[in-house]
Amino acid sequence: MEMNRDDEGAKLGMWIFIFTEILLFGGLFLVYAVMRNRYSDEFHQAAHQLNAFIGTVNTVVLLLSSATVAMSITAVRKGEKRKGVLFILITLLCAGVFLINKYFEWGHKLSIGLYPGSEMMVGLKHGYILFFSLYFFMTGLHVLHLIAGSIILTIIMVRIQIGSINAGNNVLLENGGLYWHLVDLIWIFLFPLLYLIT
Amino acid sequence: MAETITHSYLENTGRYKGILAWLTSTDHKRIGLMYMYAMMVFFIVGVLLGELMRLELFRPGQQFYSAQTYNGIFTIHGIIMIFTVVIPGLAAVFGNFCMPLLIGARDVAFPRLNLFSWYLYILGAAIALSSQFLGNGPPDTGWTFYAPYSIQTHTNVVAAVFGAFVLGFSSILTGLNFIVTIHRLRAAGMTFFRMPLFPWSLYATAWIQVLATPIVGITLLMVIAERWLRIGFFDPSLGGDPILYQHLFWIYSHPAVYIMILPAMGVITEIIPTFAQRRVFGYKAIALSSLAIALVGYFVWAHHMYTSGMSITARWVFSLLTFLVAVPSAIKVFNWVTTMYKGSISVKPPFLFALGFIFLFMIGGLTGLSLGSLATDIHVHDTSYVVAHFHYIIFGGVGFAFFAALHYWYPKMYGRMYNFRRANIAFGFLFVGFNLLYFPQFVIGIMGMPRRYFDYLPQFTLGHQLSTIGGFILLIGIIIMLVNLFSKKGVKAPDNPWGGKTLEWTIPSPPPVENFDELPVITGEPYYFE
Ligand code: HEM
Ligand SMILES: [Cu+2]
Repeated sequence: MEMNRDDEGAKLGMWIFIFTEILLFGGLFLVYAVMRNRYSDEFHQAAHQLNAFIGTVNTVVLLLSSATVAMSITAVRKGEKRKGVLFILITLLCAGVFLINKYFEWGHKLSIGLYPGSEMMVGLKHGYILFFSLYFFMTGLHVLHLIAGSIILTIIMVRIQIGSINAGNNVLLENGGLYWHLVDLIWIFLFPLLYLIT
Repeated sequence: MAETITHSYLENTGRYKGILAWLTSTDHKRIGLMYMYAMMVFFIVGVLLGELMRLELFRPGQQFYSAQTYNGIFTIHGIIMIFTVVIPGLAAVFGNFCMPLLIGARDVAFPRLNLFSWYLYILGAAIALSSQFLGNGPPDTGWTFYAPYSIQTHTNVVAAVFGAFVLGFSSILTGLNFIVTIHRLRAAGMTFFRMPLFPWSLYATAWIQVLATPIVGITLLMVIAERWLRIGFFDPSLGGDPILYQHLFWIYSHPAVYIMILPAMGVITEIIPTFAQRRVFGYKAIALSSLAIALVGYFVWAHHMYTSGMSITARWVFSLLTFLVAVPSAIKVFNWVTTMYKGSISVKPPFLFALGFIFLFMIGGLTGLSLGSLATDIHVHDTSYVVAHFHYIIFGGVGFAFFAALHYWYPKMYGRMYNFRRANIAFGFLFVGFNLLYFPQFVIGIMGMPRRYFDYLPQFTLGHQLSTIGGFILLIGIIIMLVNLFSKKGVKAPDNPWGGKTLEWTIPSPPPVENFDELPVITGEPYYFE
């Protein structure tokens, strides 16, 4: 079968896929809006329980990682293979830092018994339950996306190294980068909604 | 001479033989057929479950099995029919097989993704069906999984819900693939307004698949999380809101009925001009009404919730919008009828099924209006009137359009004809059986027969018995049709048995692997009958 490469088509496909991801999270944002409206005081107080410092660090880390993905694309386009690999590596490191932070953040909550379905949680006021449920569900789903994105970027990194992604053929890298920006973007929304509106 | 031998797509020329050659093929035509075979298996299982329910309902009181079993059967019947048959439906089968042919392309934009969608489809269906055998027994929530019952019941809801989630993912990827294909791979000279109308309807459908499915996806994940972790989004005892579930569910599931019906309308729009040998009347109106349906169809979801608690303003707004969305559907019906006017009609089986579609779809659509208006809906809500209505739309509409498409493109698919007389007889059984099966349900529904009940008061007996008899006449029709199509090889089909004008009829039957020797160049409208 004759295989015409169609970069435009590949990018269009990726954009549509990103739309669907935004809508997926959109459903959660809708639930958040409804519940926040219903239990605004309790949401307000519950948000104090989150560690805004860790949240801020993670935001900075993700923003940085988005920048390095973009730089990798530029580098590969110019044919600078080593730089391209290096920038992806930095991106992956950022993702690692993010995950470690998340581990400590969640670990703390689990250790004090604050997780969906725990005895303590079920005894709380409804607004608290919903806030923390949303917190775990939304950040959990986001972390899954982050992990998926990291796997994709790892594959891309290998491909740059072996040269199958190069100056002339890099739509896969571009699409991987787009996906990574999406992961970043969703966090940019989650961060104020969960950590900052206190 | 350097002439290349072009193999038919049905011959195996690659590395693998037999079934493996199919399971690894990224040829859109093979994938279309693979969807069709899987779907037919599910359809037959679903039909048999339907007949099982009809048997139980033959007389009031318990006949063969318990009420709980009945609840399980209507749930899995609904899940199979909705998620594995009609939602992928015509788009997955005929969209895959024909759309690239109709727009003059060699394949879809992402052939491997296309095969991956098929595997996801099989996986999702398998997970959904596993709910019958694993865990604490078959789910009993109905295919709608309404909270809070879906949170509380001990049956195996998670498997069914997760299966539906995976099926949704498959549907999204197919939609994505079709959008990119239609944007990027149309033949040279084929502007959007020179594109045949089946691809048009698939285009509108694909946008709905892409934009609506994620919402139900996340909702289903929330249900799972809620059952496992007591997360509380929809469970009022934890502060959640069951009505919110209904909103999120119908935001997808109403547009989903357009995912089912739009490709059906598209197929009918291909068939009618061919058998009337006339240009389609109101080409642009039909094309744009598909988009209009997709758009307005987004904003009518709450007509499923008139009785579940909403402000009066919300109710009349949704009612108004529901009436609006009927307009583009009606436009299509008028255009089909006008296309036939003064045409030189030849009544062959595909045309007969298309006529059946128009008739049944009109009954379904008109009764839909009485469900869309506030006062009458309160009366018939959750009665068998609703059951009759949606079977008229999805079985009478989508199902008959599927049969029409099958009889229309069968010669292209297999390079063989089938027996017309037997196809007509099958149509007769199907049509009579169908109406006998569902029309009485309108009547007993108005009299007050609730839906999802396994028992009933004596005054509904006659209606139920007619209905059950109709169900078995219908079953005979299905058997005759399938035997006629698939039991033995017919005579060889010509390239263009019906005198159609669209591109698929310009290539051999069955088509060669790469469809077109040379990609066509389009210089005019798709339906240029004299
Ligand atoms: C021979 C064919 C069929 C028969 C005899 C049949 C029969 C039935 C019956 C008896 C019910 C339960 C009604 C109630 O108790 O409220 C039902 C429900 C349903 N049917 Fe069918 N049906 C058939 C074909 C189809 C087809 C082709 C579709 C869709 C493509 C379909 C979709 C549904 C759905 C969505 C429900 C609702 C399930 C629920 O309430 O959760 N059926 N059908
Ligand atoms: Cu609806």
